[in-house]
Amino acid sequence: MSIQGWTFLIVGLTFALYIGIAIWARAATTKDFYVAGGGVSPLANGMATAADWMSAASFISMAGIISFIGRDGSVYLMGWTGGYVLLALLLAPYLRKFGKFTVPDFVGDRYYSTAARMVAVVCAVFISFTYVAGQMRGVGIVFSRFLSVEIETGVFIGMIIVFFYAVLGGMKGITYTQVAQYCVLIFAYLVPAIFISMLMTNNIIPQFGFGGTLASDPNVYLLDHLDGLSTELGFDAYTDGSKSTIDVFFITAALMLGTAGLPHVIVRFFTVKKVRDARISAGYALLFIAILYTTAPAVASFARANLLETVDNESYQEMPEWFSNWEDTGLIGFDDKNSDGLIQYTPDESTNELTIDQDIMVLANPEIAQLPNWVVGLVAAGGLAAALSTAAGLLLVISTSVARDLIRRTFVPDITQKRELLFARIAAGGAVIIAGYFGVNPPGFVAQTVAFAFGLAAASFFPAILLGIFSKTMNKEGAISGMVAGILFTAAYIIYFTFMNPEFNNADHWWFGISPEGIGALGMVVNLIIAVTVSRFTKNPPLNIRELIETIRIPRDLEK
Amino acid sequence: MLMKTKAQQYWRQNLIYLASLLGIWFVVSYGAGILFVDWLDQFRIGGFKLGFWFAQQGSMYVFVLLIFVYVYLMNRLDRKFEFDEV
Repeated sequence: MSIQGWTFLIVGLTFALYIGIAIWARAATTKDFYVAGGGVSPLANGMATAADWMSAASFISMAGIISFIGRDGSVYLMGWTGGYVLLALLLAPYLRKFGKFTVPDFVGDRYYSTAARMVAVVCAVFISFTYVAGQMRGVGIVFSRFLSVEIETGVFIGMIIVFFYAVLGGMKGITYTQVAQYCVLIFAYLVPAIFISMLMTNNIIPQFGFGGTLASDPNVYLLDHLDGLSTELGFDAYTDGSKSTIDVFFITAALMLGTAGLPHVIVRFFTVKKVRDARISAGYALLFIAILYTTAPAVASFARANLLETVDNESYQEMPEWFSNWEDTGLIGFDDKNSDGLIQYTPDESTNELTIDQDIMVLANPEIAQLPNWVVGLVAAGGLAAALSTAAGLLLVISTSVARDLIRRTFVPDITQKRELLFARIAAGGAVIIAGYFGVNPPGFVAQTVAFAFGLAAASFFPAILLGIFSKTMNKEGAISGMVAGILFTAAYIIYFTFMNPEFNNADHWWFGISPEGIGALGMVVNLIIAVTVSRFTKNPPLNIRELIETIRIPRDLEK
Repeated sequence: MLMKTKAQQYWRQNLIYLASLLGIWFVVSYGAGILFVDWLDQFRIGGFKLGFWFAQQGSMYVFVLLIFVYVYLMNRLDRKFEFDEV
C-alpha cells in the first residue's frame, strides 16, 4: 500500500476510535463535564495529563529545535519536565483536597474575592487561547503534509473531531480520548526513534544509543563524531552551549514555573478521587512525558549527524529520495550559490546553500531510516493525536471559565445544573470556532505568544496558588496586587522587546541578559515581593479562610 | 488542641520533605545542568560529557524519581499521623 493509503487508513482508524470513545463517555452532569465525575484512575489520569501536555510542538518540532541548537535545547527538556516536580510537590495534592473544579475557583475562594476570581479568569482564558491557536494550526499542517490537503481543510477536519468529543463529552470525553491519544502518539514517536537508533548506533534503546558508539565505526562515540562534523563545517560543537548561563537559567525557570501554573494541566488533578491519587498520577504523568522527552534529544542528535553526513559537500544530483520528497513540500531548500553542483551547508549566510525546516527532523525520520510505509502513516496519526489532545484540554478550560467561573459563580449564582451544562457546551462550541479561526488565520506572532503564555502563567497563577497554600497570612490585597504586578511586568517586557522594538531584542539591551522567553521567572519574583509586602500592611485573611488552608493541607477530612 | 499540634507536626515534616526533595531538584537541573555544566563536561559517562548528560537526560530521570519518592514518603507520613483518606 502507498504512503497516502496507509496514512488515510491509520488516521481514519484513530479518528473512529476517538469518536467511539466520545459517544461512550458522554457527560451527564456538570461534574462529568468539568472533572470527568471526579473518579478517574491515577494511571488513566497520568496518561491523559501526558497527552494533554505534549502538544504538536513537543511531537513535531522539539527534536528539530534541539538538533539545531545542540546543548541549549536543554531549556525545553528540563523546563517542560521539571515543572511537574513543582506541580506534584507544591500544588496538585492541595488543590485536589480543595476539591472544586477550576483554578479561578481556588483563587476566588482562597482570596475571598470576586476581583481575584476575575483576574484568574482573564489569565486562564488568555493563556489558553494563545496556546490553542497553535494547536489547530498544527492539525492543519500535519494534514497538509501527509494527506496533501489544504491547511484550511485540515483545520476544519480537526475542528469537527474536537467539537464532537469536547462538546459532547466534556472532561469525561476528553480524558478517555486523551488516554487513547497518548498510546497512539508515544508508539508513533518511539517506533522510528528505535529504528534510527539501531541504524546509527546498533543500540535498540535511543537513550543509550545517544551515548554509544557509531554502527559504522565502533571506536568513535556518536556525540564526538557529531561535534567533529559540526566544527568542521564551522558550526559550534553540538555538545557546547551558545546562550549565556543566566539566560539558560531564567528560560528554564520560566518554563518550569509556567508549566506548573498552566490551568489546563492543573485542572487534570481535579479529576481523580483522592489526594493520594493526585500525587501518584503526577508521577505517572511525568514518567509518560519523560519517555518522549528523553527520546527527543537522542532523535535530535541522530538526525543531525545523519543530515550532516548526507549533505556535506555531496552532489545535489545524488541526494537520496527523501531529500527531493521534502524539497517538494518546501521544508528543504537548495540554492547552488557557487554553481558547483555540490551542497555547501555552513553557518555563514553568504555561502550557505541549504535551508532546512526544523520539523523535518521528526517528519522525515521514517523515510531516512527506510522504514515501511505504515510507519509514515503512524507518525501522521501521532502528530494529530498530540495536537488534538492538547487543543481539547485547552478548550475545556475556556468553556469551564465561561460557564462556571463567569456565569455560575459571578453573574447567575442560582442557575440550574442543566442550564449550566448547556452553557458549558455552548462555550466549548464557541471556543472551538474561535480556535479554528485562529488556526486558519494565525496571528503573525505565534512564536512569541508561547513565551507569553508561559511567562504569564509563571508570573500570575504559580505564585498566587503557592502562597494560597503555604502562607496563612496572604490576603486578597496582596494576592491581587502581586498577580497584577507580575502580569504587567512580564507583559510589558515581552511586548517591548518583541512587538515594539524588535531591533533591541538582543543581550546588549536585555535586563541582566534575560531574554523575553525567560522574563516570566523574574515576573514571578516581582509577584512574590509585591504580594508579601502588600499583605504585611493590610488586614489578615478572615478566620474561615485560615481554616480552609488548614483543611487543604491534610488529606483526610477531619471532624466528621 | 491536641489535633492542632498533630497537624502542625505533620505540616512541619511535610515541609522538611519538600525542602530536601526540591534541593535535589535544584542541584540536578540548575546546578549540574546549567551552572556547573561546563565544569562537569570534563568527566564522561560513555559517550556523554557529564554536564551535557545531566542537561539532556539525567535531570529528567531524577525528576521522575523525585515524584515517586515524594509519593512514598507522604503516604507513609499520612498513615503515621492517621491523616490518610479512608
